[in-house]
Amino acid sequence: MTIRIRSALMALGASAAVSLSSLGAAPVQAAVELDKPECLAPAKPGGGYDLTCRLAATSLQQTGILKKPMAVNYMPGGIGAVAYNHVIGVRDDDPNLIVAASTGAALNLAEGKFGKYDGSEVRWLGAVATDYGAIVVREDAPWQSLDELMEDLKQNPGKVVFGAGGTVGSQDWMKAALTAKAADIDPRKLRYVAFEGGGESLAALLGNHIQVFTGDLSEIESQLKGGKVRVLAALSDERQGGAFADVPTAKEQGYDVEWPIWRGYYMGGKVSDEAYQTWLDKFTQLVKTDQFKQARQARGLFPFTKLGPEFDAYVKERIAHFNQLAKEMGLAK
Amino acid sequence: MFDFLIHGFGVALTPLNLMLAFTGALLGTLFGALPGIGPINGIAILMPLAYSLGLPAESALILLAGIYTGAEYGGRISSILLNVPGDAGAVMTALDGNPLARKGLAGPALGLSAVSSFIGATISIIGLTLFAPLLASFAVNFGPAEYFALMIFAFSSLSVMMGKDPIKTLIGAVLGVMLATVGVDAGTGVMRFTGGLPELYDGIDFVVLVIGMFAISEILLMLEHLGSDSGRLAPIGRVLVKVKEVLFCKGAILRSSLFGFIIGVLPGTGASVASAVSYTTEKRISDREGTFGEGDMRGLAAPEAANNASAVGSFVPMLTLGIPGSGTTAILLGALMLYNIDPGPMLFSEQPRVVGGLIASLYIGNIMLLLLNLPLAGLFARVLTMPRWLLVPGIALLSFVGVYQLHSDLMAIFLMLAVGIMGYVLRKFGFSLAPIVLGFVLGGLMEQNLRRALAMSGGDYGVLFGSGLAIGLWCAALTVIVIPMVFSGWRRLKASAAR
Repeated sequence: MTIRIRSALMALGASAAVSLSSLGAAPVQAAVELDKPECLAPAKPGGGYDLTCRLAATSLQQTGILKKPMAVNYMPGGIGAVAYNHVIGVRDDDPNLIVAASTGAALNLAEGKFGKYDGSEVRWLGAVATDYGAIVVREDAPWQSLDELMEDLKQNPGKVVFGAGGTVGSQDWMKAALTAKAADIDPRKLRYVAFEGGGESLAALLGNHIQVFTGDLSEIESQLKGGKVRVLAALSDERQGGAFADVPTAKEQGYDVEWPIWRGYYMGGKVSDEAYQTWLDKFTQLVKTDQFKQARQARGLFPFTKLGPEFDAYVKERIAHFNQLAKEMGLAK
Repeated sequence: MFDFLIHGFGVALTPLNLMLAFTGALLGTLFGALPGIGPINGIAILMPLAYSLGLPAESALILLAGIYTGAEYGGRISSILLNVPGDAGAVMTALDGNPLARKGLAGPALGLSAVSSFIGATISIIGLTLFAPLLASFAVNFGPAEYFALMIFAFSSLSVMMGKDPIKTLIGAVLGVMLATVGVDAGTGVMRFTGGLPELYDGIDFVVLVIGMFAISEILLMLEHLGSDSGRLAPIGRVLVKVKEVLFCKGAILRSSLFGFIIGVLPGTGASVASAVSYTTEKRISDREGTFGEGDMRGLAAPEAANNASAVGSFVPMLTLGIPGSGTTAILLGALMLYNIDPGPMLFSEQPRVVGGLIASLYIGNIMLLLLNLPLAGLFARVLTMPRWLLVPGIALLSFVGVYQLHSDLMAIFLMLAVGIMGYVLRKFGFSLAPIVLGFVLGGLMEQNLRRALAMSGGDYGVLFGSGLAIGLWCAALTVIVIPMVFSGWRRLKASAAR
């Protein structure tokens, strides 16, 4: 509790310093001193948001781009809505704070799960890495390609059971629904089982309780190397390297489905341009370093860099697009 | 075949790794004892440290695994002394542990639970060493239908807790099940009973529920009695556990270790289910005099053996399949990835140094934990001599800080207080809290798995009896319910015949 109060006081001090410096004759945008950098993961430890924060925290420190170590805090709840509300309501102008975000946050905003908010309330800072959706089956499954699976599905939509770690309407479900939709199959006819997280879903796939797992490339890499699963399609724009060199994209097979799970950050809506620019400069510098590239790869993630206004526009375009999709599928008003 | 273990001991016995195992054990005990900070958060706090110290993969894993197993030891301390479970697996420990402490047997209770923790963990580590690959296929065969049947079995075992007041136990369990329905419905994505509060979308957090229910209501009860006996110190009594007492519990410990290990191996269930199932089973088997719940040594030993066995068991799917067996092993898997080690089906063959080192360090860490926890029992027991005016704010502080560091959110604190007041009122009306917590844990799992099974089958209930495993569990549940009825009928018949 005392820590929180102190950081709030410091934030006050920092913003006072900023306004003082902007009063003075300093036409050049002065960099804001980040005296207490913090990354907020809107989830419990151990998940994707934790990973996103740690990726920034460790590599920003290793490269010396941030002088002070960045704290990683957790605020689980409401699939990210609690943290989103908190930032808007309490730390709207905190120059030290960045919050981990992902494709899932954009989807939730689009589906109205963050209440009245639509994504315009915060400043989207940038994405630095991505994962890609994957259509995964057991190595002894009858389907060798996405085509074969889709053919079977068309014959009998209830025969094949899909499963993944998210609820109906989540991005794991979206991957299955969009793939089905690309083959003119009604997504609502899919048999979809929601598990708690990728680990449980993978266990269900290996135990043949579900036949298709709509997971992410990074979480099935070791199973693929171990020969336990077959990846029918990567939901990426082009083929990925390494263990996935032989995995075709859905696009290659004639299904226009992509699902990148970008890993990025947002800041409060009222942070100063100077603070936003300071973080932007740091991330622009970071993504070019070898240490960062190694750290990204070690976490099983792929390159994906969109920073500043480009990212802000991208996220807002995605939210509008997802909102359209959700309406078509009867998930949002 | 056991080359990896011999190599492993070579790795684990280096001075650095021994020191790390000890540090992990000590910190883990501490994290476990503090309500709110469980193994997950303990590891999340220390993982970046291990990484930035530049520790090699096996050393980092030894430290983090030490924290995990240590936390399962530590959770019992606050359960026994304060009636406030230190972590999820220690809820059942309070049932008989706290009455023992109130009788002046805090020292022996802490000692006995340390010994049964040790035995549970040891049996589980041996099981892990010998049968890990074999058990992996068992774990994945357990699908939604089997989990549902397991939950039915667990619920039917709950019937033994009915004891003095069956209606109140039933109401408590139903209340727990109802609380578990709050939050997003995974099957449809619809929000249930959230009142539009995003804080409730993910449901009520287990830690918030347990701390509110136990700690806050305990504080309120203590405050109520503050005026009457504030000067009185609780008796400590003797400090050491007797060999005779351990031998008295040997059946309970061995059975519970086995249960705990098997339930730990299953990816969908953890220490809380393991300790609940073994406590209720043990009560059914051994509680002939009705002393369970009033400070029976066996009722303390059973859940402690089980939760430690279950923690070790959750390493089985992690090491053999690359699938986490619990929330904590999920974080450990993440730690491995940072070292560019693919935790997966190839781990045993590709990384014998890491796997062997880890398993060897579990053996060593477990011995360290016993040696650490036995002499400390007397020291910990002295907590009870603290006057209430110091103890009450102490527990309050720990509860508030624990919940706040988990959620960084005031709403969680308010929820904890609300649950606490509810717990206090229920206790005033003579309700026991354990059935509520169990209803919450088991009910959530039961509903999820029923929904999953039906989603798989397209609504056909036949899927629930679709495998030998599921049918076996249904039979077990039936037996648990029917046999006591038959027995009591038989006894009544005999009694009337004698008359």
